[in-house]
Amino acid sequence: MAVPAPLELAAVTKRYGATLAVDSIDLKIPAGTYCCLLGPSGCGKTSTLRMIAGHEIASDGDIILGTANITALPPAARGTAMMFQSYALFPHLSVLDNVAFALRMRGTGKAARHAKARALLDLVDMTRFADRLPAQLSGGQQQRVALARALITEPQILLLDEPLSALDPFLRVRMRAELKRLQRELGITFIHVTHGQEEAMALADLVVLMNGGRIEQQGSPRDIFNAPRTEFTARFMGGHNIIRNGDATIAVRTDRMRIGPATDGRTATVSEVEYQGAWVLANVETPDGETLAAMITEAAFDSAPFQVGDHVSIGWDADAAHVLA
Amino acid sequence: MTRLKLNTVQQRLSAGAISRLQALPMAFVFAFFFILPLVLVVIVSFWDYNEYEMIPAFSGRGYTDTFEGCAAQLPELCTILKTYAKTVKLCAVTWALTLLIGFTVAYFLAFHVKSRMWQITLSLLCTIPFLTSNVIRMIAWIPMLGRNGLVNQGLQATGITHAPVEWLLFSEFSVVLALVHLFSFFMIVPIFNSMMRIERALIEAAYDSGATGWQTLRHVIIPLSKPGIVIGSIFVITIVMGDFITVGVMGGQQIASAGKIIEVRLNALQFPAAAANAVILLTVTLMIIAGLQRLVDIRKEL
Repeated sequence: MAVPAPLELAAVTKRYGATLAVDSIDLKIPAGTYCCLLGPSGCGKTSTLRMIAGHEIASDGDIILGTANITALPPAARGTAMMFQSYALFPHLSVLDNVAFALRMRGTGKAARHAKARALLDLVDMTRFADRLPAQLSGGQQQRVALARALITEPQILLLDEPLSALDPFLRVRMRAELKRLQRELGITFIHVTHGQEEAMALADLVVLMNGGRIEQQGSPRDIFNAPRTEFTARFMGGHNIIRNGDATIAVRTDRMRIGPATDGRTATVSEVEYQGAWVLANVETPDGETLAAMITEAAFDSAPFQVGDHVSIGWDADAAHVLA
Repeated sequence: MTRLKLNTVQQRLSAGAISRLQALPMAFVFAFFFILPLVLVVIVSFWDYNEYEMIPAFSGRGYTDTFEGCAAQLPELCTILKTYAKTVKLCAVTWALTLLIGFTVAYFLAFHVKSRMWQITLSLLCTIPFLTSNVIRMIAWIPMLGRNGLVNQGLQATGITHAPVEWLLFSEFSVVLALVHLFSFFMIVPIFNSMMRIERALIEAAYDSGATGWQTLRHVIIPLSKPGIVIGSIFVITIVMGDFITVGVMGGQQIASAGKIIEVRLNALQFPAAAANAVILLTVTLMIIAGLQRLVDIRKEL
């Protein structure tokens, strides 16, 4: 495979008429990174991916891969390859011909391109389906074929547009592991667009959380989860309470909350208790109407049990509080 | 009460029997208005006839009379074979031109016109020729193409030619022109329909794989438009093969066609001979379509 190269976006902007889809974002993705572009729908993540792919041309700014400015190059000249959300397999071509398509376009001979295609089908464990048509495959199998097709040009960066969204939850978790394994084996950069924070946390080395055309926060999944800088990040990543604490707003992970007998700290009323296996989730309501969630271990719950309607005190570990911007 | 009855009826009939029952009215229409006349034509084609009546007795005269003296003339083609050859040639030229125009227009509508509303508006524009009758549309060509028609006047006024161009009207050229004008629409619609079903991501995927515009056309769009191309071709070929009005009017009654032979026989009240020619024409047309079917299995593609 090709030598991986770092990707850099500098002040990249995308306008559609008067609307600003991507607002001057700067981003550095080191070579061989699994990067997830994360955010709600309409946040600009797909536009960003398509600009990197070359299916949209940036209105402003530069996209640099390695030492080359690829901002205005056609997709096939960039060293990137894209895997489409619907997989976009050619329905009239066999699996083998689908995978070999890019080589056929380059004029590679039949024997050579089929040999290479078979090698890639082997990589995604689809060799025995080589002669089938896409319509004869399941969703997961189609995805593997789409992966093999994207990889045949030996891209330095593989771009994946919501690759798991068409799969059922069980298959999604399996394909997730598969994608991660493939990225590790190939050593190239994967840029994966998703709106699921759980998916991003499970996969990414680098999570780029986007909102309203801007990058809200970027970093490793643990950095972002443990130190959200804004209320949006804390809410989107989930598992946090947003608490007004005097003049400041702070975020505290729900599993760092403490519930005790109603003697000290803020008092609250338990409004819901949910048993979740290893954890017990408790929702409490403070006198000023805030609802807070606390995840406590089953053991901690057993040592000081409570039930709906009980008055308790709610607090948190001091080092768990993050002041939000 | 009625519902109760229906339920018991449904319980007694299997799902397959119900769907066959539902298809029955259409099957009846089809049998009565298509199969039955066709069977009658084949039967009559094997009857005997004289100058003024047909005789219901088995005879191959309808066929032998048609090809009288043809075997002796070989390898030179006799008139009747020449006529069939000419019909097939007119059909082939018309087919090629309607395909080219139909594909191009459909491509433009499907891939270049982005808004749904414009696609519908422009498709409706294509139907405008059908607001007038077939005959009027043909006759309208005469002031256009005649000796003193618009085209000739224009050519002479600009000094491109000094005498009127004779082959513009009542020629093979004018026949093909009128046929193409009449039938391009029958190509556009099914091809456009096929193209609209092509997922747009496939074109991006081809582009992503480094395909040029022409390569995308050849390897993605044409193969996926095949069902539409075949359906449009069947429309055009069956209509043009049997046409005698257009060939008659636009050819100035100078060009013979397979349809014309049937008309002439009918006018001479030689029904068995007319029927025999109809059977021959049908066979030739079905053979052409069978050839197309080999190219693409439409039953699978639909």
